[in-house]
Order: sequence, then C-alpha cells, then structure tokens
Amino acid sequence: MTSLLGLFLLFFQVSLFGFGGGYAMLPLIYQGIRELGLMSAAEFARLVALSQITPGPIAINAATYVGYRFAGFPGAVVATFGSVLPSILLVLLVSHFITRFKESRALVGILQGIRPATLGLLGAAAVFLGQGTLVIGSQPVPLAILICLAVMVLALVRKIHPITLTILAGIAGAFTIR
Amino acid sequence: MKPIFQLFLTFLKIGTFTFGGGYAMIPAIRRETVLTRGWVTEDEIADSIAICQTLPGAFAVNIGILIGNKVKGWTGALAACLGVVFPAFVSILLVLLVLGQIDNNVYVLGALEGIKAASVGLILVTMYQMGRGILKKRIGVLIAIVSFLLIVFLNINAVIAIVFGGIIGYFELMWAKRKEGREKQ
Repeated sequence: MTSLLGLFLLFFQVSLFGFGGGYAMLPLIYQGIRELGLMSAAEFARLVALSQITPGPIAINAATYVGYRFAGFPGAVVATFGSVLPSILLVLLVSHFITRFKESRALVGILQGIRPATLGLLGAAAVFLGQGTLVIGSQPVPLAILICLAVMVLALVRKIHPITLTILAGIAGAFTIR
Repeated sequence: MKPIFQLFLTFLKIGTFTFGGGYAMIPAIRRETVLTRGWVTEDEIADSIAICQTLPGAFAVNIGILIGNKVKGWTGALAACLGVVFPAFVSILLVLLVLGQIDNNVYVLGALEGIKAASVGLILVTMYQMGRGILKKRIGVLIAIVSFLLIVFLNINAVIAIVFGGIIGYFELMWAKRKEGREKQ
C-alpha cells in the first residue's frame, strides 16, 4: 500500500503548481505517479480517458482515481483533499489581500512567465498521453491517429464541444479499435 | 433554505456539469451566481473569474471557494468546495467499480482507446488556442519551447519548468522597467 502521506503530498504539489487548467496538470500527475512507482503509461492514459468522461475537474478525478487505485477509499479521500487544500489556502489568502494582489507588479511578471511555460506542459501532456495511445512502442496506431486528427479538425473548424467530441470518439473507438 | 445548503447545491450542480476543463463552465457559473442567486454582481464575478484563472489548482474549485467565502465566510467556502468536488469524487469511484467488472469487453476497451486518442487531440487544440492568446513576445515562445524540452527530453520535473517560467517572467519585467526608466531620463 502506498503511503497516504505520499499521495497527499503528490496531489498537493500538483494543485499548487497546476497553472493553466486541468490538461496542464497532467505532466505533474504523470511524473509524480511515475516517481512513486505507482502506474504505467498505459494506466495513466486510462486515467485521463476516465477523467474526460466523468463529471468534475480533471485534477479531482485524477486524485480520486490514483488515491483509490493505490490505497483504497482512504487513499481517494486523502489524495482528493490534497488536491483541494492549495485552492482553499490560496483563494482565502488572495481574497484577503485582493487589492495588493491585483497591483503587485512582481506577480504580474511572474505570471507572464508562467503562462508560456504551461504551454510547454500541455505539449508534454500530449506526448506522455500520445505514447501508448497514438504510438505503442514504436508502432503507430492508425485508427487512433485518425480519431485524434478528426477531433482536432472538428474542434477547431466546426467548434464542436469537447464532451461531444469525446463521446463520438468513444463510439468510433468501440466499433473500430481492436 | 439556508445559504450554506444553497452554496453546496449550486456548486454541486456546477461540478456535475463540468467535463474536462472548468473554463467551459464560466457562462453557467455566471448565470447561477449572479442572476439566479444574486450572490455577486457582474463586476464581482468578472473579477473572481480573472483571479481564479490566474491561481493554480482546479478552476471550478477555486471559484467555488471564492464565492462561498464571499457569501458565508469560510463555512460557505467549504460548502461550495464540497459541492464541486463531490460529483468528481463519486463518479470516479463508481466508474472504477463498474469498470472492474467489464474490463475485458472489447467494446469498452475500444471506446477507451477512442477517448484517449480524442484527449490527445483536445490537449493539442487547447495548446493552440491558449498559445494564440499568450505568445505575443519572442521570450514567451522561448519559455514554452524550453519548458517542453526540459520535461519531455531531459525528464525534468514539470514544477521546475513552472518555476523557471516564473523567474524569467519576473526578470523580463524588471528589465523592461529599467529600460523604461532609462528612456525617461
């Protein structure tokens, strides 16, 4: 059984450095669970897929998943609490110092640098998830690549909602990918 | 109904209909908190959204805590937070329990492969859309590329990439300020 403290600290860290939305947190989660020796790239990809189709923020879904998978129900509670705690602390702190927060130039600079870094994280998320999905070993999976490209085109050109695309991709996968 | 239950229920609803990114929930959050409940004004919600997008962590959780705190102090913050988290927590547990039973079904496995492939596409689309808004200076492009390379090829922890971006951003601003100061003299 993985230590509960380890799970707590992992998701506390993911949330504390999780700028730029759920997808940008994925490399943090992936590296964290790899370091703890918790799961393979294939299971990480499954975690992401399930987080997509279940309600709620990806960070919470992921914390509950990893926690439950490796330390049962207590693990799920502890990991989820770990991912929520930085939000509680930071939001309450910020609402206390709201004017100073908005006027701090140092903070503006720091955030301006963090934003492009999150793009790098998104790229890394795509690579980590792509391994084991679009390419397995060194073998490309044509159907998966096709679905990925179709989703991109439909999202960008036709502006179809991500959840609709996710469901369509699931249906397409169910009947084609073996 | 007591405000604390209203907070819980409102954010339970928001948490239930959030799939993937919380940003897609902004219109619903505005409608519920400004129009339906009258907890905050239009200006306040615009401010709150901007702040919660800046902060790390899950956006829907952040905004729940911020508004809960405004309405009813820290107990309100906790109620809203529990509301957002509950559906995410329960649904994952249910899926894990059910999936354990149907794990060998070829259709289920195929559907999961399709969803994984879609996730890669959606991440790339998000990267493109965010990049269009963020990458206005050459230094930004550099930070994005370096942080990508650090994580993927040098296997460096993503936290370091975030900290690295923050430090460069700080010095870039200080440098711009100094240049501005010199030009004024």
